[in-house]
Amino acid sequence: MAEVPAAVSGGWAPVAAGLLGTLAVAAALLDGALAGRAAGVRSGMGRSAGEVARLLRQRRRTTVAADRLLWRIGGAGLLVMALMIVTVVPLGRWTLFDLDVGVVWVNALDVLAWAFVWLTGWGANSAYALVGGYRFLAHGLAYELPLMFALVAPAVAASSLRVGEVAAAQQGLWFVVWMPVAFVVYCLGVVAIAVWGPFSPALGRDVAGGVTAELSGVDRLLFLAGRYALLAAGAAFAVPMFLGGGAGPLLPAWAWVLVKATVLLAGLVWLRRRVPALRPDVFMEVGWLVLLPAVLLQDLLVAVVVIGG
Amino acid sequence: MVTHLVFWGLAVVAVLAGVAVFVVNSMARASYSLALSFIAVGLQVLLLQQLYVGVLVILMMVMEMAIMAVYMNMFMGMNPAMMSMNMVHGARHALPVSVGVFLLLAAGALFAPWPSRRGSLPEDVTAALGTELMGPKMLAMAAVGVVMAATIVSGVVLAAHRTRYDRFGDDLRRRPAADPQPGGVGR
Repeated sequence: MAEVPAAVSGGWAPVAAGLLGTLAVAAALLDGALAGRAAGVRSGMGRSAGEVARLLRQRRRTTVAADRLLWRIGGAGLLVMALMIVTVVPLGRWTLFDLDVGVVWVNALDVLAWAFVWLTGWGANSAYALVGGYRFLAHGLAYELPLMFALVAPAVAASSLRVGEVAAAQQGLWFVVWMPVAFVVYCLGVVAIAVWGPFSPALGRDVAGGVTAELSGVDRLLFLAGRYALLAAGAAFAVPMFLGGGAGPLLPAWAWVLVKATVLLAGLVWLRRRVPALRPDVFMEVGWLVLLPAVLLQDLLVAVVVIGG
Repeated sequence: MVTHLVFWGLAVVAVLAGVAVFVVNSMARASYSLALSFIAVGLQVLLLQQLYVGVLVILMMVMEMAIMAVYMNMFMGMNPAMMSMNMVHGARHALPVSVGVFLLLAAGALFAPWPSRRGSLPEDVTAALGTELMGPKMLAMAAVGVVMAATIVSGVVLAAHRTRYDRFGDDLRRRPAADPQPGGVGR
C-alpha cells in the first residue's frame, strides 16, 4: 500500500469527472432523502431529479444592468474548481496529475471560491445577492487561514507536498488519528467552500436566497451542482490527506478510496440539518481566536513529532 | 514546440488582460482582469518547471484580487449598474511613461544575452532557486518576513480608532467588553 501512485494518461479525465459526478449526484439524492424525512414525506430521493428537470426547462431570469460575464463565470466556476481538485486525488494506484506540489494546488483552487461565490453575488446587480456575496467573504476571512494551516499538518508529517506521498506516509497510523484538529478544521473548510450547512447564511432565506437570489434555470443548476461537487471533491481529497488513502483490508485500494470518500461525504451532507448556521460576524472571532491558534498548535505538535521521531 | 506556443499564448493573455484593467469600467472587472493576468503569468512559471512558485503565484494573486475587488467596491459604493469608473489618472503623462517602461523591460528581457543551461536540473528546483536568490542571507530574509507581518499587525492596531479603554472602560475592568459588534467567543 506504500507505493506512490503513478500518473495515468489524460484520456482518463472523463472517468475521474464521472466519478466526481456520481458522488455529487449521490450527495444530492441523500440530501433530498434527508429533506424528505425532515418534511415527513416518503419520496424525498426524487426531489433532486425533479429539481434538475425543472431547472433545465426554466427560462432564464434577467436583471437590469447585470454584469453578465462575471455572473456566468462565477456561477460555473464552482464546478470547474471541483473538477480541478480531483485531478490530484490519487485513486489507489492511479492519479491523473502527479503534481509534486499537489497540496498547494488544492489550496490555490479552494481560494478561487472567494472569487466565484462573490462574483455570483455581484453579477446579478441585486442587493440581496450582493449581501450574500459579502456574507460569504466574511466567512472566508475566518475559515481560510485555519484551512491553510490545516493542510500544512499532513504535508509536514509526510515531508512532501505530493498528495500520493502524503497518502503513502500514513502506513499504520492514519493522520486523522493524531491530527484530529487539522482534520476537523479541514472538513469545516470544505463545508465552507461548498457554502453548505453552517456556512449557508450566504444563501440565507432571510436575504431571499442571497447569492442565488437571482439565479435561475441552467445557471442555478450549475451553481448548485458545483456546491455538491465541491463537497464531493473535498471529501475525496480528505482521503489521501487524513484517511490513509487506499489503505484497508480485503478491498483493492481504489475501492477503499471511494468508500472512505462516500462515507465522509455522507457525513458532511448529514451535517447540514444538525449544525446551526454560523453568523459571519460571530464566526469571525471563532475563526481567529479559537480555530487558528488550535490548528497552529496542531502544526507545532506535528512538527515536533516529525523532528523528534 | 507545443510548450513554446502555450508560453507565448499565455504571454499574450497576460498582457491583454493587463491592458483590460485600464479599459474596463468597473472595479470588479478591473480586479479580475488583473487576476487573470497574474494567473497567466503563474501558468508560465509552471511551464518553467517552477511548480511551487507558479502555483503560489496563482494562489496569492487570486486571493489578493478577491480582497481588492471587495474593498474597492465597498469604498467606491459600486454596483454593476453604474459602471463609470476610469482606472487611468493623469493619462497624458501616465500613458507614455507606462508604455515606455513596458517597452524598456520587454526589450531587456528579449535582447539580454541569456546564458544556456550548464549542468542538469537540480532535484528540488524551489530550494535551488531560493538558495540562488538568497544564499547565506536566507535566515535574515525569513526573519524579515516575520517582522513585516508584525509591522502590519502593529499598524492596524495603531490605526484602529477604538482602544482597550473604549472596550473595557477607564479602569479596564468592564466585562463583557462594550463592543458595537459583539464577537463570537464572548470576550
